[in-house]
Amino acid sequence: MLTGMATTGIPITGVVGMLSYGFVIDALAAGGIVAVVAGVVGFFLVMRGQTFAGHALSHVGFAGATGAVLIGVTPFWGLIALTLAAGLAMGLLGERVSGRDVAIGMVLSLSLGLGLLFLHFYTAFAAQATSLLFGNVFSVDHGTVLTLGVLGAVCLAALALMARPLLFATLQPDLAEAKGVSLRTVSLLFMAIVAVAVAEAAQIVGVLLVFTLMVGPAAAAQRLTTRLSHGIVLTVLLGLAETWAGIALAYQTDWPSSFWIAALSGLAYFASLGRARFSA
Amino acid sequence: MTAVSLDGVTLAIGGRRILSDVTFEIADGEFIGMLGPNGAGKTTLIRALLGLAPVAAGTIRVLGEPVQRGNPAVGYMPQLRSPIGDFRLSGRDFVVSAADGHRWGRLWPAKKDYRDAERALELVGATELADRPLIETSGGERQRLLLAQALLGQPRLLLLDEPLISLDPHRQHAVIDLVRRVQQELGIAVLFSAHELNPLLGTLDRVLYLGNGQAALGSVDEVITGPVLSRLYGAPIEVVRVNGRIFVMSDQYELERGEHLHDHAHGHGHDGHSHHGSRGHA
Repeated sequence: MLTGMATTGIPITGVVGMLSYGFVIDALAAGGIVAVVAGVVGFFLVMRGQTFAGHALSHVGFAGATGAVLIGVTPFWGLIALTLAAGLAMGLLGERVSGRDVAIGMVLSLSLGLGLLFLHFYTAFAAQATSLLFGNVFSVDHGTVLTLGVLGAVCLAALALMARPLLFATLQPDLAEAKGVSLRTVSLLFMAIVAVAVAEAAQIVGVLLVFTLMVGPAAAAQRLTTRLSHGIVLTVLLGLAETWAGIALAYQTDWPSSFWIAALSGLAYFASLGRARFSA
Repeated sequence: MTAVSLDGVTLAIGGRRILSDVTFEIADGEFIGMLGPNGAGKTTLIRALLGLAPVAAGTIRVLGEPVQRGNPAVGYMPQLRSPIGDFRLSGRDFVVSAADGHRWGRLWPAKKDYRDAERALELVGATELADRPLIETSGGERQRLLLAQALLGQPRLLLLDEPLISLDPHRQHAVIDLVRRVQQELGIAVLFSAHELNPLLGTLDRVLYLGNGQAALGSVDEVITGPVLSRLYGAPIEVVRVNGRIFVMSDQYELERGEHLHDHAHGHGHDGHSHHGSRGHA
């Protein structure tokens, strides 16, 4: 069905045809990079039970992005600056705040409110609000792909370096602490990595739908696998499949790409619930 | 060699004295049952031995050395926590995560970490159990996996924080027998904290009883007596023995059982099932 248009004789149609457009290639590249980074970082986020903190970070980023535009800075840098600041703050407060849904929820709404205020002051920007909130992968340019690639590589490298203490502190915090792991250092570093991953995911699916890339694939994978290594690989594969299929479907249907990615992410997650119930 | 020695040790948390001027020695290879009311300092003492709680005064030595956080010769089994999320992570990967898991700069465990985990799993008889997802194991099975984690790195001293909590009597005995077998097989010292004395009778070598900022270490007959416990509780205590079981009473109210109920009422996130089953004994 994806190639349904290919038989009409018009050369640039279908999945293969869409690859001849530069903006589509950029969208697929950006989506692919972010699917991997958000998926792997999200895998640990889900395991640590901090998904709501990740969700809130993206909303803080909304205030950052709109605020940046107000002072004449590229939205992405405003977004990443504020998610990073908020992520470090959460990491510093550690356990005391990551479990406090109400406090996090209040910060989340406050940030959205602030973002709205910034938009109000800069009315010409209002048209782009939708793109910030819900993302538009086809508007990603070549330079952004490069930025996403570099930041994503830094994220994954940092995660690889802290992988073992992070896992230890996540699964057995008391024992990890006794064995010399600084829970605060782990939490701080990890939240910084999450902040960057959230900012990346927001470029693809918008600040409101960050869950679809950060949480959906990881949560589904964790219900389907019992091995850590298999879980991470499956998360990446699911994230890539959902993102690329979503972009292709958006290209075909002209519906928003974020809708398709969110739909596929939700489908995979709820399918994993059913599958786990059968096998249990 | 002594496994643990305290010399005039005072432990305080936030200005509150938990232990005052306590002195005792635990020999290598001893199985010590640590008892005492809530807040007597059982967990604080374990944390001090691990180097996680500050020592306000006195000297603690562990295996002849000053306390050192992350000492590989000390194995530690923290209180049971419910796993978060619904990751169907296998017990094996859970145990391996703790094998040299504090090392930075490595993506995966090394071969020797897997070998160490297999050795520990074999010791506690959990080789097959470890294939199953952790979230599908029972409280008793999870305690076996936690014990395997505590045995990683071949420790000479095991610190076990309330391994019997939220287990029914049958599983309590299984855990005690397992710890005893492993302890004798490896010839290591064990400090086993518990709410109730009776399940441990017949297994422990000596009792360490904490209370009122003080500690008494000795055989059951030396420590579990009216005068000693009255001093530790700061109230008149009567010790009643029935059919080889020991009941610690204050004004006709059985203390250990009371502690147990109290603890359950406050339930701090141990896995829920089998709570009710564990009440009817003591």
